[in-house]
Amino acid sequence: MNLDAPVISDEQVEILLSDLLEQYGYDFTGYSRASLKRRITRLYSLDKALSFAEFRYKVNNDSAYFKRFVEQITVNVTEMFRDPQFFKTLRDEILPKLGTYPLIRIWIAGCSTGEEAYSISIILKELNLLHKSLIYATDLNPAVLEKAGLSMFAMSQMKQYSENYILSGGIKDFSSYYTANYSLAKFDSELKSKIIFSTHNLVSDHSFNEFQLILCRNVLIYFDRELQHQVLDLFDESLEDLGYLALGTKETVDFSGISKKYKRLQGNKIWRKTT
Amino acid sequence: MKKCEAFIIGGSAGSLEVLLKVLPLIDPAITFPIVIVIHRKHGTDSLLPDLLSSRTTLRVKEVDEKEVLAAGTIYIAPSDYHLLIEQDHTFSLDYSEKINYSRPSIDATFQTAAEVYKDKLVCLLLSGSNSDGVNGLKMVKFWNGLATIQDPETAQVAYMPAQAKLLVKIDRVLRIEDVAEFINSLNFI
Repeated sequence: MNLDAPVISDEQVEILLSDLLEQYGYDFTGYSRASLKRRITRLYSLDKALSFAEFRYKVNNDSAYFKRFVEQITVNVTEMFRDPQFFKTLRDEILPKLGTYPLIRIWIAGCSTGEEAYSISIILKELNLLHKSLIYATDLNPAVLEKAGLSMFAMSQMKQYSENYILSGGIKDFSSYYTANYSLAKFDSELKSKIIFSTHNLVSDHSFNEFQLILCRNVLIYFDRELQHQVLDLFDESLEDLGYLALGTKETVDFSGISKKYKRLQGNKIWRKTT
Repeated sequence: MKKCEAFIIGGSAGSLEVLLKVLPLIDPAITFPIVIVIHRKHGTDSLLPDLLSSRTTLRVKEVDEKEVLAAGTIYIAPSDYHLLIEQDHTFSLDYSEKINYSRPSIDATFQTAAEVYKDKLVCLLLSGSNSDGVNGLKMVKFWNGLATIQDPETAQVAYMPAQAKLLVKIDRVLRIEDVAEFINSLNFI
C-alpha cells in the first residue's frame, strides 16, 4: 500500500459493516478490525474510489461490486500442503485411523479457492481411502468456490506445492496429478469427485452434518474472541465423539468453552474430541 | 512526543546482529513493550525468541494472536503472518498477500500501530535490502509518532534505512551503539 495518509477512518469502516449487515445480511461485525480496515483501504485505493460516499453507494447498490467487495475484504490466500508437517500428521496418523470408518466425512471450513481440499483428496487417494470419503469444502464467498470447482491452479505455484507435497510425505511424482495447460495446472477430475463445494457462513449458518475431521486453518485469526468461541461451539456441534479438529499454527481452542472436552495431539494444532 | 507506549523495531538482512548487540543493554525496567518484526524464513519459529531471550532478562516471546501488549515484554512477530495492532492494544495476525515480498511486513505493523498509538509510538527501522517499513514510517509521522532509523553507514545492508532517510522526515538517525541508550531514555519522557 502506497499511502502517505489514511483514506478510510474507523467510523467509515463501521458504516460499511452495518451497510453489509442491513443490505445483504453479511455480518462482519465480529471480525478483527485492523485486518478488515487494511483490506477495505486497499480496495478503495485499488479501485481509485473518488470519495467515501461514492464507494459506499457502489457497495450498497451495485450487486456486482458488492461481490467484489466481499471477495476483496476477506483473505483468500492459501496454498497446497501448506505447513507440510501438518499434512504429514494427517497422512501418517489421522486419516489411517479414520480409514476404519465405513464413510469418512471431512469438513474444510473457510476453504477459499480449494487448495487444501485438493491436498487432502490427494492424500486420501494415496491411502486408498478416497472412494469412501466425502469432503465438504465451504466458504462464505461464492466467487472463490467457483474458482475452487475448476480444479485449476497457477502453474507458477507448482514448484512450491511439489516441494510441500514431498515434505508432507508424498511419494509420487506430484506432476502426475495435473496436466499443464499454458499458465494453469488442471488437476485430475478424480480428485474433485469426492469434494462438495458449498457456501456456508461460519458467522450466521448452522451445523449441517457430523464429521470425523474438521479443518479450519487461518480463519479464526480474523475473528474477535467472542466470534471465535461461537465458531468453536459450531465445530463442537458438528464433530463426532473422537473426531479431530485442526486449526492454523497460531490458533487454539484454549480459553474457549469447549477446551475441556478436547485433547491436543502433541506437536500439532490438532485436537481430539473426548467423550 | 508524549510518553512512549510502544516501541517497534523493523529489520531485514543484517538486523539480527544489531538486535543481539542492543538487547543486553536495554533497561529491564522499561515502561513500554518492544515489538520486533524481522524478515526470516518460514518454519524456523522457535529459534528466534530463544536466541533473543538469551541476551536479555526481559521477557521475550513470540506473539500469540489477541494477546494484549504489556510493558516490559519483547514480542517477536511470528514467521509467515502479518502482525497487526488493534485499537484495544491487542495483537492480531493476518495471512494476506505478502507486502514488499515480505510476510511479516514491517509496513503492516508500523501502519496499524501508528493509528493506535499515534504520538506515543516510536518506530525504528534497521538494516535491510528492501524498502519494507518505509511507507510504515510515513504513517508513523502522519500520526505524530517518532520515526527513527539505524544510521545507514553502520548498517550491514544500508538500502532499507537509506530509503527511509530519503523518503521520510526521520526524527533520529542512530548508530548501533546509541540504540539501547535511546530506547532507555524514552523511559524518562
